[in-house]
Amino acid sequence: MTHHVILGAGPAGVIAAETIRKHAPQDAITIVGDEPEPPYSRMAIPYLLAGNIAEAGTHLRHAPDHFERQRITVRRGRAVSIDTVEREVALEGGERLGFDRLLIATGSRPVKPPVPGIDSPGVHTCWTLDDARHIMQLATKGARVLQMGAGFIGCIIMEALATRGVKLTVVEMGDRMVPRMMGPTAGGMIKAWCESKGITVRTGARVEAIEAEAPLSARLSTGERVAADLVINATGVKPAIGFLEGSVIALGVGVLTDARMQTNVPGIYAAGDCAEAFDALTGKTVVSAIQPNAAEQARIAALNMVGQCASLRQVTQINVLDTLGMISTSFGNWQGVTGGEHVELTDETLGRHLSLQFKDDVLIGANSVGWTDQVGVLRGLVEGRVHLGPWKDELLRDPTLLSKAYLGAAQAQGQWVSAADARRR
Amino acid sequence: MAWAGKILRVNLTDGTVKSEALNMQWARDYIGSRGLGSKYLVEEVDAKVDPLSPENKIIWATGPLTGTMASTGGRYTVITKSPLTGAIACSNSGGYWGAELKMAGWDMIIFEGKSPKPVYLYVNDDVAELRDAAHLWGKSVFQTEEIIKKTHQDPLMRISSIGKAGENQVLFAAVVNDLHRAAGRSGVGAVAGSKNLKAIAVRGTKGVGNIRDPKAFMQVTFEKKKILAENAVTGQGLPAYGTQVLMNVINEVGALPTRNHRDVQFEGAKDISAEAMKTPRKTDGKTHLVTNQACFGCTIACGRISKIDETHFTVVNKPEYWGASGGLEYEAAWALGAANGVNDLECLQYVNVLCNEEGIDPISFGATVGAVMELYELGVLTKEQIGIEAPFGSAKALAFLAEETVNGRGFGKEIGQGAKRLTAKYGRPELAMHSKGQEFPAYDGRAIQGIGLAYATSNRGGCHLRGYTIASEVLGIPVKTDPTESEGKPELVKAFQDATAAFDSSGLCIFTSFAWSLPDLAPQLAAACDDGYTTEELAKIGERIWNMERDFNNRAGFTAKDDTLPKRLLEEACKTGPSKGKVNELAKMLPKYYEVRGWNPDGTLKPETRARLGL
Amino acid sequence: MQKVLHIDAGKCTGCLQCEMACSYENYQVFAPSKSRIKVFDFHATGKKVPYTCTQCDEAWCLHACPVEAITVDKATGAKVVSEATCVGCKVCTIACPFGTVNYVQETGKVQKCDLCGGEPACTEACPTGAITYIDANWTGLGRMAEWANKLGNQPVAN
Repeated sequence: MTHHVILGAGPAGVIAAETIRKHAPQDAITIVGDEPEPPYSRMAIPYLLAGNIAEAGTHLRHAPDHFERQRITVRRGRAVSIDTVEREVALEGGERLGFDRLLIATGSRPVKPPVPGIDSPGVHTCWTLDDARHIMQLATKGARVLQMGAGFIGCIIMEALATRGVKLTVVEMGDRMVPRMMGPTAGGMIKAWCESKGITVRTGARVEAIEAEAPLSARLSTGERVAADLVINATGVKPAIGFLEGSVIALGVGVLTDARMQTNVPGIYAAGDCAEAFDALTGKTVVSAIQPNAAEQARIAALNMVGQCASLRQVTQINVLDTLGMISTSFGNWQGVTGGEHVELTDETLGRHLSLQFKDDVLIGANSVGWTDQVGVLRGLVEGRVHLGPWKDELLRDPTLLSKAYLGAAQAQGQWVSAADARRR
Repeated sequence: MAWAGKILRVNLTDGTVKSEALNMQWARDYIGSRGLGSKYLVEEVDAKVDPLSPENKIIWATGPLTGTMASTGGRYTVITKSPLTGAIACSNSGGYWGAELKMAGWDMIIFEGKSPKPVYLYVNDDVAELRDAAHLWGKSVFQTEEIIKKTHQDPLMRISSIGKAGENQVLFAAVVNDLHRAAGRSGVGAVAGSKNLKAIAVRGTKGVGNIRDPKAFMQVTFEKKKILAENAVTGQGLPAYGTQVLMNVINEVGALPTRNHRDVQFEGAKDISAEAMKTPRKTDGKTHLVTNQACFGCTIACGRISKIDETHFTVVNKPEYWGASGGLEYEAAWALGAANGVNDLECLQYVNVLCNEEGIDPISFGATVGAVMELYELGVLTKEQIGIEAPFGSAKALAFLAEETVNGRGFGKEIGQGAKRLTAKYGRPELAMHSKGQEFPAYDGRAIQGIGLAYATSNRGGCHLRGYTIASEVLGIPVKTDPTESEGKPELVKAFQDATAAFDSSGLCIFTSFAWSLPDLAPQLAAACDDGYTTEELAKIGERIWNMERDFNNRAGFTAKDDTLPKRLLEEACKTGPSKGKVNELAKMLPKYYEVRGWNPDGTLKPETRARLGL
Repeated sequence: MQKVLHIDAGKCTGCLQCEMACSYENYQVFAPSKSRIKVFDFHATGKKVPYTCTQCDEAWCLHACPVEAITVDKATGAKVVSEATCVGCKVCTIACPFGTVNYVQETGKVQKCDLCGGEPACTEACPTGAITYIDANWTGLGRMAEWANKLGNQPVAN
């Protein structure tokens, strides 16, 4: 009987476990998670902070006996090293867990910027449920909150903080908000939007020091001083793979894998935020810390772990962000490529923006603000690498016709077929 | 209920947009759309006003069933005082715009005054703002729709706009929505143009929800849709052939006005008929007709979508006209074709597309060209004056004059004044085929007696849609009457006029009345709005609306002598066909008509009529 | 046998009865903007294309959901959004490459076609038989291919 050990109880770990169970009814499956709660979704934390859901609402699976019925063992533990020869994981506390197949799905951890005072009481990351509980205690009505970082995570918790009635200041090092997800126009629109909602936004600035008084006092690179009852560190995340340092498992920014999500050690796989997977489209390895990617990579890894042959078509790079009601998306290579073509449409008063990047007659990336209807077709067009033919000129002329372009080009062409097509998934 | 209960009042002079409560008593008494919009107009506008002055108002109005699942619930009307006729104008359109306005939470929009510069109204649910339209002025309807949708980044926005013709105040300029549905008649587009109002762009996401008895409404509308589906006209004829199904039928009964009503049968009718639209072309082997198309909520789908032969002289080297577009409908095919003796289907569609593109009424345009061609053949007008040789049957002249008219160039400017003014200018007013200044549509008033009376008495001038007695006199709906017989027609005309007013006011399409009558409409309105809407009540409301319109026209200066027809219809007999030798017997019918209407011999309302109808 | 929505775009007239039926079924209001089935109008070819979720087997939306708000209806096979569980993160809306899961501002949740529990309102409302609910005797692949062939929206078509 094959024993599958999965390190990490996030979406990648859980989806991999379920996929293994579906295809290998007899195998043993153990998920090892390092947090006390049942497997939950970090993505749901903003909604917990906003008071829309209770903690149970963040749980990945709601049936209390879900894992039991699936015969998936979920246990607490933190891996400290992997013995690739003996095929054992060493856990904190000395226990060793043997495996036949191993999936590393440990996700990512917040980075801690080298700022004096970053460890002061009242400075928190917003990553775990435990973090959320601290933030909820401190982010009370009228509290002064300083948020370091206006990246994806920073932006997505803003609404929750605003709902809680705090006085919010956001400091972002980049020249705009969400600089790694949205282009300058969209980033500027999001900033203006936040400011119109009463949030103080400082871009191109950083926190240089935090003085652990009560209240906390932060000194900014602009010379400004900001008093705060709570400082949230949302400066970014990186793969949680420290325990693999010194092992034979090849690491880049994340755990390097091939398109089948296998590491350089046969039988050991990685998926999700911690994986740096081979992207067949660009020929490079890419870390993409988003849920759809985690789900897809977990599925591919799991299928290979049970002996099937499945490959990742590409590393999905898509994102959607709701910043205080302003909804933005990014798909693929939204920055564009040299020699490509670009069309952009912006109405700042309406809060709508569309930016499409083409290479030849293929849409390779897109940004949108204020678009919610059928935005998924942008993924269909980008990842389907759909040849737009005459629709490209139509889109250059009027990018708002994207749904029609998708229907006209992708479906008439039949290149992007349903999920049931085994060749695709 | 089913009314949104709110109207927008836009003062173009000072640029204000205000929300106001709908007058629910008026709504009850005049239903909506045509009736209710007209009620607001007659209450607010002096009947003697110059139609193109800031003192005139223009109203876009939906009905209570607009935007519901009742079949054909996509209609709206544009109501104003007509610059073409000087009478009350009420032009009905389909497409999707009307439903969208209702979905945004508005029953109607009233425009007052005149904007100092071109503007368009942007409506997004509760948000309603005037926007600068400098960049849209001079643009076609097609361009305007595209630019506005792109500007607002909303491909689902619906737009009702005017083209260059409306800007230039062509007296039969239309308001066009959804590219090729039009509030076509009576020059409502010119009034919008006179006010510097380019377009109304609407997005409505609220929907229509306050149905009085939703369960009963769903049930009754389902049953009534079934009647439409099972009816030969609405279930088969119209979807398959469109209104063009009439071309050969009307020609056979000798009622197809040809060459400015000189003839009543057209030898080229078959070439421009529905059947021709479905026959593969010799040039490219494709059919002219691409598909049928429905308006919002319509389960009939009579609309035509066609493609012009790319090698045709009108569009060669003009790929922008090679795509599918609306047309041909019967009235347009007649007015552009038979009325001018032109049997070139591709040319008719080209001109029809131009009419949609720049917003003119193809009926008035075609009929005016008919008068021009007659004047040319009589030697009154020359090639130099017109800019082209313009004998009857010349497709080249038709296309040329259409281009000149929509672009406001050369002799097109004179055509843009309509047949009555143009023929008067050249000393031959009797050659204008109109009543009250509006050109006749596609049925000959000599061959079909009732429709002649309907033309003469129509509140908006020559029009088939104010009392479509063709249904009875030709098609036998609801009962067959003899078209050559004038006896009984006053009563028939009145009944059709009143019922039509009720249908038009509901927000549904008059074409449903090929299969439905008031007893079918009443329960739908009752379930949606008010259970007092019985068949009898609707007939009374229809009559009230008719008399209200008439009363406005009387105050505007119309009298009994305006209830007339051109000499040609009264004195020159049909030369061929089953009605050979017939003229319209208006003099026999009119007194009886006044009598059944409860009017004085001078055409004014008797006090007891006013009292009976609550006017 | 499970049934699927079958769409024959060639029969669609663009009347939007399906959109009204859908919004009425789900929100008790006639509002195409709230409909889960959308009719796209291709002016240049005259084609109307009703478009909605095909209930794909390994549904992107379902796997992308972080809180298990999208589940499979055992009876119909439909992928169904639980409004109570959905947190409104919108990830499914960008994960679905067909664009058939959409965010609804008023509710703060996403919506998609759920086959009305086995009696799709759109099929009942369609006057031309362009939308039918039939036995799933072909695969999703065949369904999409058929759809694609019927589409014919290339400007060179016709």
